[in-house]
Amino acid sequence: MVDRRHFIKKTAGSLAALGGLSLLQRSGLAAAMSTEESTILDALPGKEALIKQTYRPPNYETPINYFDAPFTPNNRFFVRYHNAVIPEVKISEWRLRIGGDAIHTPLELSLDQLRKDFEQVEIPALCLCSGNRRGAFQPSVPGLQWGSGAMGNALWRGVRLKDVLAGAGVDKSALEVSLAGADSGVLPTTPNFVKSLPLTKALDENTLIAFEMNGEPLPHWNGFPARLIVPGWTATYWMKHLTALNVISKPFDGFWMKTAYRIPKDRFSSGQFSSQETETNMSITEILVNSLITNLIDGQTLPKSKPIGIKGVAWDGGHGIARVEVSTDGGISWHQAALKQDYGRFSWRQWQLDFEPKRPGTYRIMARATSRSGASQPLEPIPNPSGYHHNAVQKITIQLA
Amino acid sequence: MRTLILLLSFFAATATAGESQIFLKDRPGKTQVVAQCAMCHSLDYITVHAKILDRAGWEKTVGKMINVMGAPINNADKQIIIDYLAQNYGK
Repeated sequence: MVDRRHFIKKTAGSLAALGGLSLLQRSGLAAAMSTEESTILDALPGKEALIKQTYRPPNYETPINYFDAPFTPNNRFFVRYHNAVIPEVKISEWRLRIGGDAIHTPLELSLDQLRKDFEQVEIPALCLCSGNRRGAFQPSVPGLQWGSGAMGNALWRGVRLKDVLAGAGVDKSALEVSLAGADSGVLPTTPNFVKSLPLTKALDENTLIAFEMNGEPLPHWNGFPARLIVPGWTATYWMKHLTALNVISKPFDGFWMKTAYRIPKDRFSSGQFSSQETETNMSITEILVNSLITNLIDGQTLPKSKPIGIKGVAWDGGHGIARVEVSTDGGISWHQAALKQDYGRFSWRQWQLDFEPKRPGTYRIMARATSRSGASQPLEPIPNPSGYHHNAVQKITIQLA
Repeated sequence: MRTLILLLSFFAATATAGESQIFLKDRPGKTQVVAQCAMCHSLDYITVHAKILDRAGWEKTVGKMINVMGAPINNADKQIIIDYLAQNYGK
């Protein structure tokens, strides 16, 4: 490996290095992609190569070819941190502290107690960064310029947060549960990344303290030894390296709740968070209905003689996917894709549409998911100051020669 | 001074190999930018915002680093950093 597994290539070269080589050779994609900006692939210790956004704090997204499987491999799962000091947690020293002004009996639990004292459950769920696809907003929005890879689907195993809180006794005055992790900033003056959930969401039977991901212990970069899983809500609440849960009677007012991760109140049909609402804005909550084509790349050339299986994934905030429609003519006509196995309403759903092109030429491929709630994707993303919730219908142009 | 040494040794210990491949434009103010910004984060946070933030955007960002993130940047350096970012990485 060159320079400690670090190498810089054009996008097409990067995909080739990731194992998409045969696809590239088939498609002549390398030539088509030559005008793209350079992409840096880099492997964090214990991870395989991911698309680097920033080195420190580490922010890395998954190349979309890894979304061609129901569950995203742990070593290709995206990494997202706000602060740069990320300690390697030792299980023997790790404790989860449960406290706050609205808890009756503060508790301290080891990982062993967490595993043994509570019922273990498994939930397949999509972990999706609030700012996924921010880089596609026009005009550009400040913040990490994520492509479509700041997400991953995994099978999470852990214990219910509500069971753990019940052991400590939740007071009637409880309003929110604040969440803290082991990571911190370099300077003592930098605020820790602390979030809060409304009590109802914290007590939802699907909200877990997870210690396993796809049958293995959580990778260091994904929150070892335990992280919160908040199925249906964006990943900002999925606190990694969880160390403290505080049940509180007043709205948590730290920077990461009061100022960051906010959306205009009137624009999205996502869930409420009444204790974190102002006149105009609110904390981001549920994931919106969305879809992604995973096996075609904008600008790609394919042979017209072969049928194309257009594949992708679709998801929402927990209603489940009702249907996915695909257009191969820029949105004039739509065809229903076949939905693959249903792993549960918080998991993404794979889909496929077999397309038999009759003529060479340019084809505009679009995919549009509709949730069981009836919500569907807009044609253009909904503008908002921080570039969250990009769920516009994807438009890909391919050439058939 | 002791804090500074601690911070510098920490930076040396945590900066990744890839980080050393990030080169900012060699213009006046770069020294202050590297010294102050790289204390807490890699400099790709700057390059990723090239042509996204205008002068007002860089002013707001540097202000946030000082007022929210606790960066110990004095007013003189703050102005040098804002000028450098706006001139070399501004929209």
